[in-house]
Amino acid sequence: MAETRKNDVLLEVKDLKVHFQMNEGLLKAVDGVDLTVREGRTLGIVGESGCGKSVTNQALIGIVPHPGVVTGQILLHKKRGVALEKPIDIVKLPRNGKEIRSIRGGDIGMIFQEPMKAFSPVHTIANQLCEGIMLHVEPNKKKAWDIALHALEQVGVNNPRQRMNEYPHQLSGGMRQRAMIAMALSCNPAILIADEPTTALDVTMQAQVLKLMNDLKREFNSAVIFITHDLGVIAEMSDDVAVMYLGRVVEYTDVDTLFHNPKHPYTIALLQSIPSVTRKAKSELEVIEGTVPYPMNMKPGCGFYSRCKKRVDGLCNVQDVPLVDIGNGHKVRCMLDEARRP
Amino acid sequence: MLLSYIVKRLLQMIPLLLCISVIIFVVIQLPPGDYLTTYIRQKESAGTQVGADEIAALKARYGLDKPVYLQYVDWIWGIISRGDFGNSFQWDMPVAVKIQERLPMTLAVSFMTLIFVWLVSIPIGIYSATHQYSVGDYIVSGIGFLGMSVPGFLLAIFVIYEVYNHTGIAISGMFSYEYQMAPWSWGKVMDMLPRFAVLVLVIGIANTAGMIRTFRAMMLDELGKQYVTTARAKGVGEKRLLFKYPVRMAIIPQISTLAGTFAGLVSGETIVSKVFNMETCGPMMYTALITQDMYLAGSFLLITAVMVCAGSLLSDILLSLIDPRIRFGKVVE
Repeated sequence: MAETRKNDVLLEVKDLKVHFQMNEGLLKAVDGVDLTVREGRTLGIVGESGCGKSVTNQALIGIVPHPGVVTGQILLHKKRGVALEKPIDIVKLPRNGKEIRSIRGGDIGMIFQEPMKAFSPVHTIANQLCEGIMLHVEPNKKKAWDIALHALEQVGVNNPRQRMNEYPHQLSGGMRQRAMIAMALSCNPAILIADEPTTALDVTMQAQVLKLMNDLKREFNSAVIFITHDLGVIAEMSDDVAVMYLGRVVEYTDVDTLFHNPKHPYTIALLQSIPSVTRKAKSELEVIEGTVPYPMNMKPGCGFYSRCKKRVDGLCNVQDVPLVDIGNGHKVRCMLDEARRP
Repeated sequence: MLLSYIVKRLLQMIPLLLCISVIIFVVIQLPPGDYLTTYIRQKESAGTQVGADEIAALKARYGLDKPVYLQYVDWIWGIISRGDFGNSFQWDMPVAVKIQERLPMTLAVSFMTLIFVWLVSIPIGIYSATHQYSVGDYIVSGIGFLGMSVPGFLLAIFVIYEVYNHTGIAISGMFSYEYQMAPWSWGKVMDMLPRFAVLVLVIGIANTAGMIRTFRAMMLDELGKQYVTTARAKGVGEKRLLFKYPVRMAIIPQISTLAGTFAGLVSGETIVSKVFNMETCGPMMYTALITQDMYLAGSFLLITAVMVCAGSLLSDILLSLIDPRIRFGKVVE
């Protein structure tokens, strides 16, 4: 976060809001998120279920489901590796227009959480891989097939030639996730969004897939947005980290600072709740009391107020807390921290 | 692979159909009395005394003096060896002739109805699902519920009344009076078509309404699935995506119900046909059952059983082609 070179910025998210008007009231799934995605760096987004990670990521490629309303800016600075004079605002593009569709898959690739469900069960791997390639890279079917095969080889699928003609149910879970990654990579997107890509895998598979993703990132110098609830994975994968809570970024910094000098009480609590080998025997694991409140008809004030151990009545629950830069690009959304500053 | 599977299934069908034929024969024999009992009672109520020797002669003529199992063996052997389905008591004619009179028209009506139902309900179901809770969806759903809850015979009566009121034509039977006995000609076809269409429409509406509901539900289920999002995230256009993934998936369960649909092809919609006085198999089978015309009724039931077997074989073949997870006899998840 320290250096702010402007020209390696690929994607800028400014004040992104995704609101759902429901019968019961207004659901603020994402409520003012700012993110910066840079070339060759991995941005980790971490948070509990329901904090808005996945909706943020849907907004990035314009596939927020009905009746979600997206406001703010999502600025794409480079298209197909070429810097744009005027960045494209993804929020403003028509939902099913040509332009947004060329960005989906072409500039921003997506790896999904559950490889079991993310493939169509009735089409071959080749069919599903070639579909994207033919849209974005190579319209010729034969050549697209070769590219798809090459992508499968790259991600280390064994017997790639045979796998191409197989159906998803014939592949193991790990193989399917590799095929999923191959599908996202095959179009050489500059930005790769991975939405909990290893949650459904067992630990050994998880380690292999994470290593693979790191290798591929280095090889292609692509930017990765890594969404997870697993701080261990964040430590392994990310350069920068955004901690999300209730649709907002509560802390945003580089990975070292996050683990060694966290500021927000939520981040601190999260870190304390990780089991560790060096932890003293018999000492109990810290837990965060309560659950994430439902983000509907929220009172003003800090979203974490109800569960925060350091909350101060009359300070934290009065007005919405701004995200403040406390130096070196380390941003925190906490009244207490701001109060501590001179 | 596919061919050997089909042959295997066809061979399996032989013992199955034999078992079914036994059950059919037994069930038909279950009600007390037989055709002759009804026949003699009719004669007696008309004032004619039927003597014991006359009854014995009639019994011998119809083969009713033999034990039941011999009657069955004669019947089934006739079918297998010479395609002879026995004689209809009521019509005093070979059953095969009576069925041949009605079956082509019945199958034509049934298949047209089936096509009509699919052609209408699938597009509407797709629209309804992709525009869930829109004004159009509500209108379609409203009409759908109406169509589902109005019984076919009531609709038939209403149609007959309205058509008669406006055109003076009374729809009764497949042809108007002057063409009833006439050989096939252009005029006869043109005479039949509107009646044919009305029959298809009336029978089809209830099924269409039902199928729109199920297809809409299937589509909604599929549209929410992860693989649809995956395709969307790849940049696939909405229309292409819709037909490549969810529509294909939503059709799968419809195909698996083909066996049931085929059962209705021969004798379905009896009541509507009766209201329209159409010469289809449904009403004929109904009368045959009432009068204990056992060979005619049994043959209809047997044909229905064959249709069910054929339908289930066809649906299995289609399913194996459309869904790779289903491979001849086992489902892989």
